[in-house]
Amino acid sequence: MFKFLFITCDEATMICNKSQYNEASLFEKIQLNIHFLRCGICRLYTKQNNKMSDLFRMKATDCQKEKPCLSDIDKAALKQKLENSKA
Amino acid sequence: MANTKPTLQPDKWIDNYADYLYNYAVVRVNDSDLAKDLVQDTFIAALKSAKNFQGKSTERTWLVSILKRKVIDYYRKINSKKGQAEVRMNFYVDGEQEGNWLEERVPQSWDNASEKAVENEELKDQLEACIDNLPEKYAMVFRMKTIQEFETEEICKELDITASNLWVIIHRARTQLRKCMEDNWFNS
Repeated sequence: MFKFLFITCDEATMICNKSQYNEASLFEKIQLNIHFLRCGICRLYTKQNNKMSDLFRMKATDCQKEKPCLSDIDKAALKQKLENSKA
Repeated sequence: MANTKPTLQPDKWIDNYADYLYNYAVVRVNDSDLAKDLVQDTFIAALKSAKNFQGKSTERTWLVSILKRKVIDYYRKINSKKGQAEVRMNFYVDGEQEGNWLEERVPQSWDNASEKAVENEELKDQLEACIDNLPEKYAMVFRMKTIQEFETEEICKELDITASNLWVIIHRARTQLRKCMEDNWFNS
């Protein structure tokens, strides 16, 4: 009975990763919290995972600021290739 | 009513759409050379199938739909051939103790974690190196989800994978990244 509430560390950390994006279900969060009661390792993982998320957000902000585009040289080369492929 | 059907103007493609398509590709594959190749392949494929253009969508939408297929093809390629060859790190036990942490991979506590997590270039470089170390398929899905912040649904649609498939990839990627940062940054 209630076996469905008990999950492995693999499953627990999977839910933890999902919840970093706010996409874990309520049931999954309950399973995760029950797992925390008996598993210090996964509690530590979760704490560190929050920190990792902060780092990723920092990186995301950086990357989204960039507006990559092609150089004129690239475009000229592209035009040449396209011209050749027509022939 | 002449000219109601939009016609293709291949001579203007590069000036009008190359940057847009390149940008579209590079946020997905995160590699400028590869993105350039995909854009080039898209234009060439578009030229070849120009006669099939029915004018139901704009020129740009039509070109993007071709590029989308190129991105899926690329994902399938790294998923099948190269993805298999790369060794993925295991963190959990198989067999009887299934799903428990492997002893040698158990997370260690981080000393001075808050000090070390202060934003600086070195930290960003290390993070980038760790992401690059992931199997290519993990890196691609992880970046799309976490760095480019795409919706789960969007990624699943674009790469033709299921949500549970996506979460397994994200889970493995993040577990490996945590370990990589532990070894090379927090506890190095």
